[in-house]
Amino acid sequence: MTGRADLKEWVRTGSPWVWLTAGTVSLSLCMVVGLLLLIAVNGMGHFWPGRIAAIDYREPDGTRIKLYGEIVDREEVPAARLEENGYRLPDGVVTGERLLIKTGNRDVYGLDFRWIAAPGMERIDYPPALLAVEREEWGNAYGYLVEVRENGRAITTSDTDGPPLAEVQARLDRKQALKEQIAHLERGRIGAVSHAIEQLRLEGRTLELRGQPDPGALQALKDERLALEAEYERLRAELVALGHEIERDSLQLRLAGGEDLTIPLAKVVRVYRPNEMGTFDKLGHYLTKLAEFVADGPREANTEGGIFPAIFGTVLMVLIMSLLVAPFGVVAAVYLREYAKQGPLTRTIRIAVNNLAGVPSIVYGVFGLGFFVYFVGGNIDRVFFPESLPAPTFGTPGLLWASLTLAILTVPVVIVATEEGLARIPVDIREGSLALGATKAETLWRIVLPMASPALMTGLILAVARAAGEVAPLMMVGVVKLAPSLPVDGNFPFLHLDRKIMHLGFHIYDVGFQSPNVEAARPLVYATALLLVIIVVVLNLAAIRIRNQLREKYRASEH
Amino acid sequence: MLRNIEEPALKAVDPRGVARPATTHGFEGFDAKAPDGPGIDTRARGSSSSLQARGPEAGRRECLEVAGLNLYYGENKALNAITMSIPERQVTAFIGPSGCGKSTLLRCFNRMNDLYDHVRIEGEIRLFGHNIYAADTPVSDLRRRVGMVFQKPNPFPKSIYENVAYGLRLQGVKKRRVLDEAVERAIKRAALWDEVKDRLNDGAMTLSGGQQQRLVIARAIAIEPEVLLLDEPASALDPISTLKIEDLIYELKTEYTILIVTHNMQQAARVSDHTAFMYLGDLIEFDETKVLFTKPKRKQTEDYITGRYG
Repeated sequence: MTGRADLKEWVRTGSPWVWLTAGTVSLSLCMVVGLLLLIAVNGMGHFWPGRIAAIDYREPDGTRIKLYGEIVDREEVPAARLEENGYRLPDGVVTGERLLIKTGNRDVYGLDFRWIAAPGMERIDYPPALLAVEREEWGNAYGYLVEVRENGRAITTSDTDGPPLAEVQARLDRKQALKEQIAHLERGRIGAVSHAIEQLRLEGRTLELRGQPDPGALQALKDERLALEAEYERLRAELVALGHEIERDSLQLRLAGGEDLTIPLAKVVRVYRPNEMGTFDKLGHYLTKLAEFVADGPREANTEGGIFPAIFGTVLMVLIMSLLVAPFGVVAAVYLREYAKQGPLTRTIRIAVNNLAGVPSIVYGVFGLGFFVYFVGGNIDRVFFPESLPAPTFGTPGLLWASLTLAILTVPVVIVATEEGLARIPVDIREGSLALGATKAETLWRIVLPMASPALMTGLILAVARAAGEVAPLMMVGVVKLAPSLPVDGNFPFLHLDRKIMHLGFHIYDVGFQSPNVEAARPLVYATALLLVIIVVVLNLAAIRIRNQLREKYRASEH
Repeated sequence: MLRNIEEPALKAVDPRGVARPATTHGFEGFDAKAPDGPGIDTRARGSSSSLQARGPEAGRRECLEVAGLNLYYGENKALNAITMSIPERQVTAFIGPSGCGKSTLLRCFNRMNDLYDHVRIEGEIRLFGHNIYAADTPVSDLRRRVGMVFQKPNPFPKSIYENVAYGLRLQGVKKRRVLDEAVERAIKRAALWDEVKDRLNDGAMTLSGGQQQRLVIARAIAIEPEVLLLDEPASALDPISTLKIEDLIYELKTEYTILIVTHNMQQAARVSDHTAFMYLGDLIEFDETKVLFTKPKRKQTEDYITGRYG
């Protein structure tokens, strides 16, 4: 009896509510932290250099083989399954272990991951001399360094157990320098020349389209083109020479099966002996890989290398979207709140705008493709870029359309937030302005809109968070698996709104589900996801900072 | 019920007992853009010296004339046939219980009620003879000539300087020197200069309530209006600040015609030259302050000022 009364009293005090609400909050917090930890651990561990094991392995059919590789995963499997595969387990043992080995050498074995059963392992050790070669193609190679070759001939070394790593490293540095030269040539001078040639072609086409081209002008164009083409040929020859230079060295690797593999040094990214690296070496290696991940372009169908173009594309797209959505949302909100007569019609519009935020994003993608890309873009091409037709300029998915599609996707959020901001501005401040002879428009511009700007920023924050994470609509309107070039470069007009971009969200989808090499790609999915989260957080923090400054600046009197 | 008894109050009341219609004098044209307005006739009569022989009030023109003003909030009549004339460069106070329409009436003088769609106004208010509700009157010009200070201090979230310069900037004044001078003059006039002269670029929100209210007054007088409407300017302030505002009102009336709405009868008695008592949308009595407070002609006025209702 008293117990029930106590309970009743306890409920009446409201403490259960405190516990319930606090519990919900902590559960949410746990989920968020857990999610971040999961992707951080899975993603960031990928860059830590793993030890290379040398394993003597007995296949189920009795043949004995040698394997070099990193153990990347272990899994408990029912003993029955192992026994099915021909492994005898001691009686009474119900589960056995199997291991996922990254054996590398995809060009030789066809696969670079394989599962092996733990009972089949006869010996495992980690010889310090085992070399990991990270290549631009075919993934890693593991083996012993046998010799270093220059122009196909082995260079003699005094060492008995193969050439020293320093020898390879020196040649790698030379190759890296050459590679930078090539990249500079390709992207810089050759890029500029081909851009100029393309411009000339378009100019010629424009003259043709206008009809009755002036022969003098055509001749001038032709002369200019010939000069440029000669320049192009000269640069091309330079490039070929550099190409020969870079092909000079190669290295011989003895693989697990005993066979030798020749790896051209031009295709080698780095070589290292993880088994003899100390913690600090490993840390250095880790940071280098991390920097590469953030700052370099992808290799190997996006499963290796970095994701810089995707970071760049995501941020640029979100920024352009913000530039588009802010004025649009503000103007719409100002009309709805300040000018439109409040009544059933404005209420309906407001409900419609709110609901627009709930439309599935893929629908916006379809709309963007049909309306922006084909209709608007197609017409822009016909009117402004007839000279490059039939190759489309804006009539194809690209950065501008992706940003615009996201802008209409997020504009309801901005409208709603701005409207709420406008509604919160005290009437007496507006009246104060009007009483000084300001018109309604002047009051809006000078007083009301600045005061509503923090609310606008809140809307933008929500819009940015939504836009940066959106994938589905973007696949239709401008995001691709691999963009040939960044949307910003040194050629006029510097920002190329017509180019296709890469995007982190789409990159995750692509690497995770479209990759030919699922095992290699999985850690990258986590790493990319973590980066996407970080970028969204950074963009949001920046916006929140701006909002807080605006709030401080336009804080109205509190009464 | 009460309303019926008050019919006689609707008769024209003039603080000086001058028979209506009082004429206006020295009209300077309502607006350069509308020289043909009805104001022209009064200007013709303007320089008449008929009033100049009339004792201490001599030379005072009628600043504002209200004629048969009715105001409706939708179906509700909030002001009932208000007719009065307000002299220039004097303080006229409006008193009455809450909801009697004094603030509504005050907001008619600069057409602040236009902001509400459901407000309908009949009758005329003439500013130096020109009907401010005439169709050819630009509201923003009117509001430049008739400044207003609200119950709660409402400085803009800008610097002190920018608050005062706001009205001038609206008029297109850009020269820094002109702005500086005008701002300084206005703030000095509002008796705030010594307190803020070293921090003109600080936010106006850093000021205290009383300072904010004086800043708002400075903002209003920076654009040199002819009339100042004060809507319970001291009701949100402490006694010291109230006193400062009252002193300020006393100072300002040498240059401006001041209309003040107040709940505080002592305040009305202290600062005003004329007082209007309103009740339920009617103007009950309008007279010189000392007359109204000492020898009210109407029972309702007497009841109100002696505190019997309100």
